[in-house]
This record gives sequence, structure tokens and C-alpha cells, in this order.
Amino acid sequence: MRPFDYAAPATMTEATQLLRDVAAAPLGGGTDLLPLMKDGLVEPSRLVDLRRLPGLESIEPVAGGLRLGALVTLDRIESDDAIRTGFRLLAEAASAASSPQLRNMGTLGGNLCQRPRCWYFRGGYRCFRAGGDACYAVGGENEYLAILGGDPCYIVHPSDVGPALIALDAQIALQGPDGRRFVQAEDFFVGVKESLTRETVLEPGEIVTHVELPAQPSGARGTYLKAMDRGAWSFALAAVAAQLALDGGIVRDARIVLGGVAPTPWRCPAAEQALVGATLSGTTAALAAARAVEGAQPMSRNAYKVDLARGLVERALARLMPDRGSG
Amino acid sequence: MAEGGETAGPGHVPVTLRVNGRSRSLFIEPRRTLLDMLRADLQLTGAKQACDRGHCGACTVLLDGRAIYACLALAIATEGRDVTTVEGIEGPDRLHPIQAAFIEHDAFQCGFCTPGHIMSLVSLLNAAPDPSEEQVRRAVSGNLCRCGAYPNIVKAGLAAAATLRGLRSDAAREGEDG
Repeated sequence: MRPFDYAAPATMTEATQLLRDVAAAPLGGGTDLLPLMKDGLVEPSRLVDLRRLPGLESIEPVAGGLRLGALVTLDRIESDDAIRTGFRLLAEAASAASSPQLRNMGTLGGNLCQRPRCWYFRGGYRCFRAGGDACYAVGGENEYLAILGGDPCYIVHPSDVGPALIALDAQIALQGPDGRRFVQAEDFFVGVKESLTRETVLEPGEIVTHVELPAQPSGARGTYLKAMDRGAWSFALAAVAAQLALDGGIVRDARIVLGGVAPTPWRCPAAEQALVGATLSGTTAALAAARAVEGAQPMSRNAYKVDLARGLVERALARLMPDRGSG
Repeated sequence: MAEGGETAGPGHVPVTLRVNGRSRSLFIEPRRTLLDMLRADLQLTGAKQACDRGHCGACTVLLDGRAIYACLALAIATEGRDVTTVEGIEGPDRLHPIQAAFIEHDAFQCGFCTPGHIMSLVSLLNAAPDPSEEQVRRAVSGNLCRCGAYPNIVKAGLAAAATLRGLRSDAAREGEDG
């Protein structure tokens, strides 16, 4: 790693000041930033450790929902009673991420801001994502890459938590040199048509400070399913975050979001429309699953992801059927 | 140590933390990882350096009692915190029950990953003294073993948990008697 200076400010004002001046990067758990720095993919001249900022490690109830600080670790999200009770799919998503050590270190905010895992980008190729002018995965090693929303860059967003937050209609609080703002989780991620070199709406010097989970409608239940190339400690080949509101067997509200298949967490409005107003059954689940992957354009080596994602959606919906006891 | 809005480095700066129960003060660059500090500055070579990217688990240590990858932590960010390495889980002349269980159950071949696996199990048994087999498997899911000793590692973890529970209940009885 190149040399850098380090600060651990105790107030947000100081943090904002420290982040605006130079090529500074915020430090949370460091589990993505340090590998990026070791590989020379990012070279900040300053790290601003967010650990001493007040309130960023707290989980507190607000108006039927929860407010989570950006430095809450994945391990805490996995085990927190309020999250497990009211927002189960978020606990499941955190639990599916990475390894015990990484969940002990890695933070909510960091999970949302992690950079893509595309082999070419991480390997130092001058690809679109690295500011170059080509995607080497087209016709190359693309088995882990996008089937939806790619062209010209086919990264997949690696976050497990991101799809869950969109399915829960969460808001993300940002703090930057120009003050504070809130964005819907769905609008936090930036597709390849908008930018080839960043994955979120964060402006230079801006950081995620909190995530707000709103109260869920009555009869709400959700689940997160993830397919990996081994049983643990891997990124999603495909994943689904499904949150439904059920009234008897009737679906009153549905949010279906795929992970691991597109440059952003991929919401599936056509699948949601197929569910809302319908009785949740094997037939409606199969229909919604087919709708979820509509428009998929697999690359030379990743067509398997279309079937995988469809199967995951169907299985997630089966888990949420009332007699299955999932909450 | 950088306080408030001040910055430290990029040259050597003072850092104080506790390592294996002992306060240690060092001068390090902010870019020094916890793993390099332990191995090179403190000569604690139990935590191993292999991938240096959080992909293998050989560098697992405890930070405030919880398993982490030392290669992904900056030493400067551990200011004031408590680090435990495999050297610190038992006295120099004795084996910790988890170490003894690894020998008893043949839970390694080359031994390179062993300190990491042991520290992951220490972290688990601190939080869950009576783990299921599934919990043990999950606790070491962030540690690779290229020799493939996994089944015996799980057996050793379960056996060590039973031993530690026995020691605790013995200690509790002695406490009542005393």
C-alpha cells in the first residue's frame, strides 16, 4: 500500500472537512478498501476512520421501523432481535454474506459501497470500470457477470444487503460537504448507463451515515435466498430478496429484488405485478419467477444464471406461502 | 494517535493497544496492517500471512474477543483495543483445550491454517459454549485448509467445547465449595 495519512474524527463536521480536502477515503471495516489499496486499484492519500463518530454503531427504533448506523456490522444485523423479528430478510441477507470474520468486521455502509468483483477490474485491466475503453469480459471469463442491465460493462453488484434494503423500501442517509440528504435504497445504486466508474450516487466526500427501515405493512414476511459456487464465503451467482404483504393467501404488496445478476440490485416490477392481488400459489410463484428474468441477455458463459435466478424466485415465494411458517 | 480533526502520518506515529493482555506501544506507519505489526514488530508469528486479502483465514486473531482477519485491519485503527493471538490463549507451557483437541482428533496435517482455525473456535466458544455441529462448521467457514482436515477440525471443535464446559462446571463447583 502507498503511504497515507490517517484521522479518526469525533464529529461529523470534522469528518466532512477531512474528507473534502484531498484524495481521502472513508474507512469503515476496511474489508474491501484494504484489498483495493493493496492491489493499487485505489490510492487514497488519507483515510478517515469513521469509528469514533457518534451514533454510527447504533440500532434504534423509529416510528415502527428501525434506524441502523452505517457502522453496524453484518454480524450484528444477523443476530439483532429487532431485525430478526421485523425485517427477517435483512438478517438472512447479512447471514448469507462472506465469512464470520468478515461479518465481524464488515459494516452495513461498507457492504453497500463495496466495489465490483469482476475478475478483469480486480485484476488491473484498463476496462470501462477502471476508466479504460473496453470490457474484456465480453467473449472472455464472464460466467459470474451480468445477465440483466449490462452493456457496455457487465459487472454484477456484489452486495447481499442491497437487495434486501430495496425489498424493505429502506432509505439511506448520506452526509457530504453540501449537507445531508436521503435517497431511497433503490435510487442509491447507479447503473452502467449512468456511470461506468461508480456504482452509487455518492459524491466525492460524501458518506453513508444511516439506513432507515420503515414500518412494514401488516402480514409482511420476507426471505433472502442466495446461490453460491460453494456452501459458504462466496459472492452470489444469483440471489433474491422477496418481501410480501399477505392477507390470508392474497398478496397485497410485493417487492422482488435480484442480486448477483446485474450492475445494480435488480428490482423486478413485472414479477411484483404478477403477484399483487393474486393468491400466492405454485402457479403464481412460477409466473412471477418467469417475469423476474424477462429481458435477460446472457453472455457467452452465464446463461445458467437465468434459470438459477428464476428458480430462486420461485423457491423464495414457496417459502413465503402461509402454511410454511416463515415470518 | 490522531484526535479530533487532526491527521497522523504518513510517517511513523505512536499507537497503543493491548496484545494478549499486555499493553504495547509502538511507532508505526498508518499503512501498517495489524498482521504485519503482530508478525514483524511484535514477533508474534502465530497468525500466518498467506493471501493477505481476506481470502484464506490464516491470519485470524481476536479483536475485542471476536474473530477478524488481521490482514484487513490497520494497526492504527486498533488503538486502545484488545487483540488476542494464538500465543495468548494459554500459558507458554500448556495447551489450551482447543489446541489439545486438535492434537487428539488429528485436526491438521501441515498445520499452517491451524492457528486461524483455533482462533475462530475460541471466538465461537466465547459466544456459544454449547454449539451444535452446524455452528462449529459455520464458525470455521472463513478458514481454508488445503490439506482438507475439515471433518476432524469440526470434531475437535465439538470436543473442545465439551472439555471447556466441564472445566467451567468444575470451577463453579469449587467456587461453591470454597
